[in-house]
Amino acid sequence: MHTRKLLMTLALAVAACAAQAQTLRIGLAEDPDVLDPSLARSFVGRIVFSSLCDKLVDIDEKLNIVPQLATSWQWSPDNKALTMKLRPGVTFHDGEKFDAAAVKFNIERHKTIAGSNRRGELLPVSSVDVVDDMTVRLNLSAPFSPLLTVLADRAGMMVSPKAAKAMPTNFGTKPVCSGPFKFVERIAQDRIVLERYPNYWNKAAIHFDKITFQPIIDATVRLANLRSGQLDMIERVAPADIPSIKSDGKLNFARITELGYQGITINLGKSDLAQKNPLGKDPRVREAFELSLDRAGIVKVAMDGEADVGNQWVPPSNPFYARNVPIPKRDVARAKALLKEAGVTNPSFTLMTPTTSDAQRLAQVVQAMAKEAGFDVKIQATEFATSLNLADKGQFDAYVLAWSGRADPDGNLFSFYGCKQPLNYAGVCNPKWDELLNRSRTTLDTGGRIKVFATLAAEVEKERPIIYLFHRHWLWAYNKKLTGFRTVPDGLIRPQGMKM
Amino acid sequence: MSQYLVKRLAAILPTIFFVTVIIFGLQQLLPGDAATMLAGEDQDPQVIAYLRQKMHLDEPLPVRYGYWIAGVAHGDLGESLRIQEPVLGLILQKLPVTIELASMAMLIALVIGIPTGIVSAVGKGTAWDYIANVIALWGLSTPNFWLGILMILLFSVQLGWLPASGYVSPFEDLKGNLAAMIMPAFVLGNAIAAVLMRHTRSAMLQVLNADYVRTARAKGLDERTVVLKHALRNALVPIITLGALEFGTLLSGAVLTEQVFSIPGFGKLIVDAVFNRDYAVVQGVVLFTSSVYIVLNLLADLAYFLVNPRLRG
Repeated sequence: MHTRKLLMTLALAVAACAAQAQTLRIGLAEDPDVLDPSLARSFVGRIVFSSLCDKLVDIDEKLNIVPQLATSWQWSPDNKALTMKLRPGVTFHDGEKFDAAAVKFNIERHKTIAGSNRRGELLPVSSVDVVDDMTVRLNLSAPFSPLLTVLADRAGMMVSPKAAKAMPTNFGTKPVCSGPFKFVERIAQDRIVLERYPNYWNKAAIHFDKITFQPIIDATVRLANLRSGQLDMIERVAPADIPSIKSDGKLNFARITELGYQGITINLGKSDLAQKNPLGKDPRVREAFELSLDRAGIVKVAMDGEADVGNQWVPPSNPFYARNVPIPKRDVARAKALLKEAGVTNPSFTLMTPTTSDAQRLAQVVQAMAKEAGFDVKIQATEFATSLNLADKGQFDAYVLAWSGRADPDGNLFSFYGCKQPLNYAGVCNPKWDELLNRSRTTLDTGGRIKVFATLAAEVEKERPIIYLFHRHWLWAYNKKLTGFRTVPDGLIRPQGMKM
Repeated sequence: MSQYLVKRLAAILPTIFFVTVIIFGLQQLLPGDAATMLAGEDQDPQVIAYLRQKMHLDEPLPVRYGYWIAGVAHGDLGESLRIQEPVLGLILQKLPVTIELASMAMLIALVIGIPTGIVSAVGKGTAWDYIANVIALWGLSTPNFWLGILMILLFSVQLGWLPASGYVSPFEDLKGNLAAMIMPAFVLGNAIAAVLMRHTRSAMLQVLNADYVRTARAKGLDERTVVLKHALRNALVPIITLGALEFGTLLSGAVLTEQVFSIPGFGKLIVDAVFNRDYAVVQGVVLFTSSVYIVLNLLADLAYFLVNPRLRG
């Protein structure tokens, strides 16, 4: 009798535990910006959106496009229209139905709302047709191969048309989407609270009742919060902390190579300054500079080994990596010979560097390595907003610049190498490159695109406007009891399948 | 008294006007372009143009100042372009947190600083004096962020007594609130306690040598009454000024401490706004905190009258 009572109490306790509301607490490295998919611009905001707003499609660990709100899709024979079948039975957090009209509304909102950061991404989409309730067609002005990966990010996020119309100027303060969790509150710089949306189409995959995101800027403090049990998961762990996390029996750790890169952008033609410096003037000097660098050494010192070395806009593990342009080995003798050939002795230039400790370390290693080949590199530590402005005006010789990366190589390329494109800080303008960039957009088959990128990589190698150094690792640490976390190269945290 | 009060009040408006000009002017000296910074990493030219127009960046300085000050006069401090929230709302959201942190830190500072200052002045040259001085020197020379991180490692990670960081409203959970605030308040209060201690000590030393203190002793009053009633009251005048200034500084945000403990107060708000060139937030918060500072100074001046009868004449 006594045992039976005890067992019953135990069973009740277990049931109570299971029924207790479970919260997933995630520590972010920054405070996200506005939570409106059309206006949002920060990486960290995308982490929040992963729980809040579903997209038409998503990407998986291998960068394949997988269904989310759209279940299937088909290109028209001329590749100028994409027809998507939508998932039935999906509702927004305000109960409104998700259908083709909602998709049309959202794409048009992305394209037209004042200050939209999605307008550029969706530029080739000229119109949207509602074929039937659950079918939508995106008409393009020209074939555009990156479209699906664009729709796997914020441009594919769908918000409730009713809510967006009701809050035309401040939708981001109370976003209404169709993701697994709905918005509860946001206290700027303190927390963002989401709660489980009971009518989520894929609710079987959701095992938490609440998610809170807490921005904690200092990586040491973020980790201390995880260790003391105030958080369940943190993103962007400091590489130096990895050994201690690995030896901690209560923590788990995950990593994946990013989609972006860390590189040094060189001013080749952004302003007159380019021609005043041997580095900007002569490709042989740039080649010598590249040959003076030991990428593995840079990664070891500046990143504690937590990055993959690379020499292109995508990491060597990416299917679009151009194998015809391998990573050059450090060769100081050849670098010196090239400088001699160019008739330049002890070339000197300024390396504009953000003030973060990683970037500073990187610049110092580069400075020391390049010195062995005869370069005099002057490090100019510059606050980010100022550096951005100087880069935009072409007031720099070389600039340590990281790019967070996009799932399609186009997102790492077009804006950087296209003539007069916004991120073309190097100031390159080459009709052949523009033609190749456009061809990579209009070619839909992967094999064809790989060939185009290979040609482009060989062309770019002749000029070296950006010297790519490495691809950082996204690093997460989390409570050992947490399971089901999938590492996707975009660095986001998808709550589907995660449980504790 | 009333004449003095009127005079001091009349000086406030021009001071605040001057402050608005300074805030606005200094912000223009910030390097970089707010529109490119706020446009995010894609740097879409249309977004930049939109932001420039929204922030009136293409207009001459006096016109931009005019837009801002007209808004301020109507109680509209503008909107954060980064997170779409009205600046006034953000200030009101952060204000209770900042006031709580500042008050707790000040309380800790007063409780530690003034008694140790008195003890060290009364026992000048004794072991107590040296101990108090060493503590004060330690408090002054310990960087806040370092002490903060060490406290987190000890009390949160090792001992597990206190939350490592974050903020809970006292209305939601009073115990949780105190647990979250005690470490940052101590870190902040510790440094101020050291300053208060040094000032209390020197002010007390001065008055303890004054004639009236000798008279008080000659009257046969016990030492306790002489020190606490006669000497301390006079010594408090400069300490009140200092305390008010320190409190004002605390209210304008304790940047590093808030960053380390993730306390969502003014310090974090303003630093993020400066780095993101979110002008409306920077202007709004600085204007608000400097106005508070001015008012606190006025209150400190008035407090003189209350503690020191000689000033009333």
